[in-house]
Amino acid sequence: MSTQRDTELPILAVEGVSKSYGEQIGCADISFDLWPGEVLAIVGESGSGKTTLLNCLSAQLLPDRGRARYSMRADGLRDIYDMTEAERRFLMRTDWAFVHQNPRDGLRMTVSAGANVGERLMAIGQRHYGNIRASAVDWLEKVEVDAGRIDHSPRTFSGGMQQRLQIARNLVTGPRLVFMDEPTGGLDVSVQARLLDLIRGLVTRLQLSVIIVTHDLAVARLLAHRMMVMRNGHVVEEGLTDQVLDDPQHAYTQLLVSSVLQA
Amino acid sequence: MEREKAYNFAYLDEQTKRMIRRAILKAVAIPGYQVPFASREMPMPYGWGTGGVQVTASVLGQDDVLKVIDQGADDTTNAVSIRKFFKKTAGVETTTETGRASVIQTRHRVPEDELRPDQILVYQVPIPEPLRFLEPRETETRTMHALEEYGLMHVKLYEDISRHGHIATTYAYPVHVNARYMMDPSPIPKFDNPKLHRMAALQLFGAGREKRIYAVPPHTQVHSLDFDDHPFEVQKWDKACAICGAEDSFLDEIITDDAGGRMFVCSDTDYCNRQCEGVAK
Repeated sequence: MSTQRDTELPILAVEGVSKSYGEQIGCADISFDLWPGEVLAIVGESGSGKTTLLNCLSAQLLPDRGRARYSMRADGLRDIYDMTEAERRFLMRTDWAFVHQNPRDGLRMTVSAGANVGERLMAIGQRHYGNIRASAVDWLEKVEVDAGRIDHSPRTFSGGMQQRLQIARNLVTGPRLVFMDEPTGGLDVSVQARLLDLIRGLVTRLQLSVIIVTHDLAVARLLAHRMMVMRNGHVVEEGLTDQVLDDPQHAYTQLLVSSVLQA
Repeated sequence: MEREKAYNFAYLDEQTKRMIRRAILKAVAIPGYQVPFASREMPMPYGWGTGGVQVTASVLGQDDVLKVIDQGADDTTNAVSIRKFFKKTAGVETTTETGRASVIQTRHRVPEDELRPDQILVYQVPIPEPLRFLEPRETETRTMHALEEYGLMHVKLYEDISRHGHIATTYAYPVHVNARYMMDPSPIPKFDNPKLHRMAALQLFGAGREKRIYAVPPHTQVHSLDFDDHPFEVQKWDKACAICGAEDSFLDEIITDDAGGRMFVCSDTDYCNRQCEGVAK
């Protein structure tokens, strides 16, 4: 976990974020603090508002009410909804990362793996081909993709490799806050296990703060320090992961935990 | 040739020309920015220069001398028919000499001669958006222009180097105009890119199907993108023009028989002719 000095300010302070689609509630009155180096899992069934919340927190969707203050590298806590679009997009390609469930949404499928990893570096002004390529090789190795495949199209990669490539592409600029939307969805169990292992290693090594949306309680158990259980747009229970999973208090959480098939 | 009186001067009606001139003024005020305009149907198919023709029609005056080139040549179908079109509808004088022309409409080349402040160069543009092949969404490319997010353009060059070992883009080579907007210089060879930089003549770009006009005002900075360790370079030939002997011009390869015979000649026919006359004298 992080040092005392880092934990003086939360990295993201969320207060009363609400978003509805007309009559339909997306998420209602969500508040929490995320601390540096912490992994927070948001769990719940389909339609519980997890993804709406994640999109609000990553400022891809503007909420109806509430604020989310992010701890900027330079000038402390700032409400992300008050920022200009230019500032938000800059954050999105430098200090933040977003890992999509479907790697095709997060990757540029028409260019090579190396270009995918290098894109963020070029976006922040790196103009030396040799250095960009060296970073790409370095990151491919970190996510356990054979560096010999740097010039191959991601279309020729397996699902698990594509997901690892997407992670490399996102982490290359050294972000501090990572959003993940069902990163292991759609992968078979052995590939899932390897990916989770990789994510866990990277999170610890790079001291990343992560908000991960998942319906898979095993993913939450493995990765998250803390979790929030959502239902119908509301948080029904939150706490330390082991505490929530081993001793669920809310009826819905109890249902969720007991629905997991035992192998 | 007498002007065809059934048409307004230079084919387009005066209101349309005013609309296009307003777009041109805006384009000149914001170098490299793509200004939308209400492109008209022209009596030629899209891809044959409908954008360039509309821009030319709007800037043409009765005393102008018009030159039209296609791939550098004055005598190809596209150039001949556009020249005839304006002869008929505007009755203006036409020429093939770069030095005599006041308006030059071009497809795929910039003349070899240095242009003067009293000349206007009009480019025909098929796809005005330099980011299009990497980002298909128009809303997204507009935002990227607005926020100056141009990292993607280097991704294209990165791909070139990783595949071919060097920047293999040889035409429509992206440029950064006035240190602000990313611009597609139309499909001219990158050999011509350095000529755009601080050119004395006004450069106008018209895309008819895509309904965009953009411009590079005289003496504007035009920078061709590159990497620190892969600098921008133009094409080079180890031969001189087979007709005029010029060593500084853009050469076309011409196949002369079916036994592998070939020759390299200037693509700018006017330049080539004058070089020949110079040699003859």
